[in-house]
Amino acid sequence: MTRDTDAATTASPSTTAPAQTMSHSSASATPGAPAPQPSLLRPPQISWRWWPVFRRNLLVWRKLAVPSLVGNIAEPLITLVAFGYGIGALIGQVQLNGSAVPYILFLASGSICMSAMNAASFEALYSAFSRMNVQRTWDGIMNAPVRLDDVVFAEMLWAAYKSLFTSAVILGVMLALGISHSPMLLLALPLLGLVGIVFASIALIFNALAKGYDFFTYYFSLFLTPTMFLSGVFFPRDQLPGVMRVISDWLPLTAAVELIRPLFLDQWPAHGLRHLAVLAAYGVAAFWVALALTRRRFRN
Amino acid sequence: MIQPLFEVVDLTKRYGGNTVVSQLSFSIAPGECLGVIGPNGAGKTTTIRMCLGLTSPDSGRISYFPNGAATGRASLNMPQDALAIKAQLGIVSQFDSLDPDFSCAENLLVFGRYFGLKDAVIKERIPKLLEFAALTHKADAKLGELSGGMKRRLSLARALVNDPQLLLLDEPTTGLDPQARHLMWERLQRLVQQGKSILLTTHFMDEAERLCNRLLVLDHGKKMTEGTPRALIAQNLEPDVVEVYGAGALALVDSPLKALAARTEVSGETVFFYTADAKALLAALAEHPELRTLHRPANLEDLFLKLTGRQIREAA
Repeated sequence: MTRDTDAATTASPSTTAPAQTMSHSSASATPGAPAPQPSLLRPPQISWRWWPVFRRNLLVWRKLAVPSLVGNIAEPLITLVAFGYGIGALIGQVQLNGSAVPYILFLASGSICMSAMNAASFEALYSAFSRMNVQRTWDGIMNAPVRLDDVVFAEMLWAAYKSLFTSAVILGVMLALGISHSPMLLLALPLLGLVGIVFASIALIFNALAKGYDFFTYYFSLFLTPTMFLSGVFFPRDQLPGVMRVISDWLPLTAAVELIRPLFLDQWPAHGLRHLAVLAAYGVAAFWVALALTRRRFRN
Repeated sequence: MIQPLFEVVDLTKRYGGNTVVSQLSFSIAPGECLGVIGPNGAGKTTTIRMCLGLTSPDSGRISYFPNGAATGRASLNMPQDALAIKAQLGIVSQFDSLDPDFSCAENLLVFGRYFGLKDAVIKERIPKLLEFAALTHKADAKLGELSGGMKRRLSLARALVNDPQLLLLDEPTTGLDPQARHLMWERLQRLVQQGKSILLTTHFMDEAERLCNRLLVLDHGKKMTEGTPRALIAQNLEPDVVEVYGAGALALVDSPLKALAARTEVSGETVFFYTADAKALLAALAEHPELRTLHRPANLEDLFLKLTGRQIREAA
């Protein structure tokens, strides 16, 4: 072997130091009996090692960005144009909180939330499952000093990032189409990022439970599709029958639409804090559950 | 005795009512190559997974002693210090987990980042690692363009990116052709010469004999025996083996010839005579020209089959 062993050995103690200092405090644990199995529901142990995992996905994506971007934004834009201008011509205007809003504006402000949801879900289901189960990428990563918690956290943020990127491009197209020029749309971006985080976390729960790709079809058809129709993306929620309306009130996509739609109209959202709290609660709870289930999957 | 680099004491792992690893103890000295051999399902991979903290043992201790006793540092223990231990390990698992979307060089770069290494440090190491893996000409090749042997060597190079003291190799040459296997052996021998320690599991007895200073035979999760390859053969087996096969060979088992060997075994249509002195036996066999005979020294495979039996492990 021709490696410069001197250079390598001097480099290694300093470069591997962060991992050592992180856990060395527990080095004096009792020999003989290993610690009992830690609880699956223990709090997430996140370190900065999530960043190289996120960066890995970024590097793959940069190679495939153009085709994947076309796929990600073409469908939502086609839906917007077809429904917005097609059905919009029939409907004209929608009554929203007592004022009349053009249907294309109503639809655009809802469908961008739906796109954020779909992009995050797709990445955290199909793509994360490929990396976890098919390519064994996660196994390889965990041969290095990286915790499963960091891997799951990185996957969640990655799916949210990809979702935000997709939303931003769609928002750009909407601006170019002149659907809205509200300066408050700047606030929509961080909110769409939050929507990505929420739906990435929920999707990772199903990723942790999946035996194969087929399982995700249930998630899309039994959860995401009803969510889409119950959250006021395509039509106002006032039209929903009683029970549906109650369910709708507490759906994460409803909260997202209620927060982002007013921004398109250059208005502040009503009950903004409540909707933010709903999204935050979904995000935290879903990530925690996803992590616990993923830990269970990897325990043996 | 030298302070070991890595030590496993009384390791036990059960899945349900099934004990997969039972009271297993072993240690690896700095610069030593320890081979773990055993049939499928013997507990080799489970042991490695416990050594990595990926599976937690039901009882027992796994300790790593950085830089030996010289520094006087306390040991690092699994699973509490998993990250600190893994920072010093290089791992080649049974199945490749290389990134199919990356070139060889990118695979090394991305993996080095998981150790918290700076890009500049990794990029300085990449050409040397590729040269070590005989993949310099494939630096920018995608994974799909590599042969099985190249992928295994890239996995080995990737395991070296953090300049580990100890390598854990789970069946590193399974599925390779003889040329690729010999190249892998030559690289592993170089690593041992450089002072790296290796824990190796394998199904190939010639590989175990060639590479390992010491062997541990594992079956049903228990240690059957442990020692240098030569010593194990000398302790457990007669030095000479005469294999006899052909029409009527099986009848020899109950013939007077049996007395000329210390031990006989039958496998399929072949009779194995184990003996300290084959002269008389060979002379007697010369009177059976219809039989084919093979006279050879006892080897590790004989030892392995003696200790673990000849029957196929269906459960594996």
